Amino acid sequence: MYRILQTLLITLCLLVSAHVTGLRAADDLGALISALGTAKLAELDDRIAALAKSGDPRVIPVLEALGEGNLYARKADGGVFLTTEKGTNLVLVDPLDGADIGEVPKGELQKIKVNNAVRRAVRSALGGLTLFSADAEARLKAAQSMRQTPNAGALEAIETALAAEKDAAVRKTLDEARAVTLLVSDRPDDDKRAAIKALAEGGGREALGVLTSALSSADASLKPDIEAALQRIEQAQAFWNAGQNVWYGLSLGSVLLLAAIGLAITFGVMGIINMAHGEMVMLGAYTTFLVQDVIRGSYPALFDWSLAIALPLAFLVTGIVGLAIERSVIRFLYGRPLETLLATWGISLILQQSVRSIFGPTNREVGNPSWMAGAFELGGLTITWNRLWIIVFALAVFAALLFLLKRTSMGLRMRAVTQNRHMASSMGIRTPWVDALTFALGSGIAGMAGVALSQIDNVSPNLGQGYIIDSFMVVVFGGVGNLWGTLVGAFSLGILNKFLEPYAGAVLGKILVLVLIILFIQKKPRGLFALKGRAVEA
Amino acid sequence: MITSFLLKSLDRSIVVVVAILLGLAIAIPALNLLTAPDHPLHVPTFLVSLFGKYLTYALLALALDLVWGFCGILSLGHAAFFALGGYAMGMYLMRQIGARGSYGNPLLPDFMVFLNWKELPWFWQGFDMFWFAALMVVLVPGLLAFVFGWFAFRSRVNGVYLSIITQAMTYALLLAFFRNDMGFGGNNGLTDFKDILGFNIQADGTRAALFAASALTLALCLVLTTAIVRSKYGKVLVAVRDAESRTRFLGYRVEHIKLFAFTVSAMMAGIAGALYVPQVGIINPGEFEPGNSIEVVIWTAVGGRGTLIGPIVGAILVNGGKSIFTAAFPEFWLFALGGLFVFVTLFLPKGVVGTASAYLARRKAHRRAADAENARDNLVAEPMAAE
Repeated sequence: MYRILQTLLITLCLLVSAHVTGLRAADDLGALISALGTAKLAELDDRIAALAKSGDPRVIPVLEALGEGNLYARKADGGVFLTTEKGTNLVLVDPLDGADIGEVPKGELQKIKVNNAVRRAVRSALGGLTLFSADAEARLKAAQSMRQTPNAGALEAIETALAAEKDAAVRKTLDEARAVTLLVSDRPDDDKRAAIKALAEGGGREALGVLTSALSSADASLKPDIEAALQRIEQAQAFWNAGQNVWYGLSLGSVLLLAAIGLAITFGVMGIINMAHGEMVMLGAYTTFLVQDVIRGSYPALFDWSLAIALPLAFLVTGIVGLAIERSVIRFLYGRPLETLLATWGISLILQQSVRSIFGPTNREVGNPSWMAGAFELGGLTITWNRLWIIVFALAVFAALLFLLKRTSMGLRMRAVTQNRHMASSMGIRTPWVDALTFALGSGIAGMAGVALSQIDNVSPNLGQGYIIDSFMVVVFGGVGNLWGTLVGAFSLGILNKFLEPYAGAVLGKILVLVLIILFIQKKPRGLFALKGRAVEA
Repeated sequence: MITSFLLKSLDRSIVVVVAILLGLAIAIPALNLLTAPDHPLHVPTFLVSLFGKYLTYALLALALDLVWGFCGILSLGHAAFFALGGYAMGMYLMRQIGARGSYGNPLLPDFMVFLNWKELPWFWQGFDMFWFAALMVVLVPGLLAFVFGWFAFRSRVNGVYLSIITQAMTYALLLAFFRNDMGFGGNNGLTDFKDILGFNIQADGTRAALFAASALTLALCLVLTTAIVRSKYGKVLVAVRDAESRTRFLGYRVEHIKLFAFTVSAMMAGIAGALYVPQVGIINPGEFEPGNSIEVVIWTAVGGRGTLIGPIVGAILVNGGKSIFTAAFPEFWLFALGGLFVFVTLFLPKGVVGTASAYLARRKAHRRAADAENARDNLVAEPMAAE
């Protein structure tokens, strides 16, 4: 009997004590929240810090409400509530359990007033709280915001979060945030030196900004360290900037190469000033749009393959259009290059207007397949997949074209006809058909370029016009009739453009490039790699 | 002596065209100003400006024809000279606004006040005087053409290459004038003009006067180009067009000959632009579009390259067609223009005027041959009758 009584008593005691500790926790938080209601403006900072220290997720809505001015204290008993406005009444919500308490006229409540200093405290406290959020994205964002606006008070929270953090990207940002915060805290100088060193190693624009602002407020003893770190980061940045410029230049060069390579055939090899070249690029882009449209409607699973499907189709469509143009117009104009300019300009107007009539004048949506979306980091470079693929694609098209021209019998015939039409004809080559196929080939390649360019440019009826002048510049700069010249011309113009841009601005850079080309043509009227021999004068 | 030279060099068709232009210069303003609005022969003011615009286009086409038709230089940048002349005139008109702009600044044009500029840039100095602006209308395009041509012709940049670098030139200017920092109003260009030479630019009388000025200038330039083309220099010009190397080997300085034609042509284009701007009321960087220059080429080609009347006829025909078509079937216009390019190059390489005059010449020759035949027949017949 006694034992039973004893057991019962102990159980009861345990239950009660458990209940009491539960109550205590709730009471603590409740007391902390109620304390907000009675605090003066100057005391709010401390109270917010105390709330944030609890690390309780229930604090988040309270702090948010406080920041937005939706936290009210009841005049009767000093209870603090989250509120939403409803006419002249306020709907009260209990801050602890989220229970709806009901509507009360505004007069019964007192708004907890905040100023900008308090709002800042709220923001940084919230940042510290979301550092412990379960969502990695939210944690990353919090860490970034703490890195942006370092707050000495948050240092402990950051260190706690850092100890628990598993995600590598968040860790990296947190590490930087910690170093930044450490600099503004009152930790010993040695710690700060270590933090400066860590920041300098990490590099990046954020570290640069943080160190620059730390420089003005730092102790005299720390200044040389910060300056050295700044210099180090700047050097690293200059290096990576140059690298990034080369990369952008390569990327622009590949776009130029793609746009110009078809023209290198029709203009460079055949001597036709093909102003409709840009419209072939545009037709290729619209083919991609159509293919994706069909895939979206009927076979969504194939979307990642859309470009692979569009490539041969674009080649075929623009090749056939090219063939039709050659047979119907251009074959009457051989040997009169300036007349081909006018006729093909006319054709380009007709093609543009046709596309405008069929698809409308606005931009059409062409999506990136998943393997072309996104980017990756290489050292200090950010490399987007679509740009990388376009470089690869441009080089592949170039190689294939070179192979076709130099290693196949079709290519041999093409070169024979363009070099000496009469001799080729005497040798039994059907020159009219070779002409037609060469033009179709040039147009088809322009169409394939259109598939690639649809990934980085707006697909509109004016797409081609943006490329036509640049394409001519590339071909003329590189040397007419020389594919290697086109390759070198495209990449050197691309890189030159991107290196001029930071100093002169995008537009002025482009103008400078144009002026340089004009001057260059004075010096070498036949381009970088001029054809030699009698063919030149013909 | 000069008059007799000019008279000698004008053939009948040029005289007729000049007479028509002079007649228009009197008739259209008269019909606009002196007749009542409901009179059947009344020409509304908007039409006067529209016709005036066509005449400036015709002048531009004539300028292009001098270099393309007679010297074989296909310039794809003539709209740039036109636009430069237009900007020079536009700057004068902007300075005339004075304190009446929206910001009421007596010195700075509105866009400069908007961009927070404190003082007038150096290249805007002097444009408050008409004579200075008029000088710049000719000098700026002329100087650009001279420098550009000097380099290009000296290093023997020819044919297609020249066409493409002239296109690059106008494209570079297009990009440059789009920049706000250039000080030419950026994207919006120059507009909201109020006065020209103290006359309200919107007034009927001013419009009519501008039309008459355009017609007179066109007539004058037609006479001038005819004189150039018919002179000894003109013969060499054609020789350069047809056989450049041979002309050079004969001892002519081909680059100087080309340079002269190119510079004169650019100046004429500049004048055309200066007459265009007050009639249209705006000049913006869009005028530098490479497409515009190519359109000028098609006007010339439609009318007939290498004939002096052709470009005038072509410019008026194509632009008249454009005004009608774009109003009636806006979708259809680009098809029509594109088709026109193809049709003219394929089937009308000499253009309307060239084909017509060739036809007339052939018929004349035919008739003369027939007359000669008849005469011979008669000659043969008479003795027979006498027998």
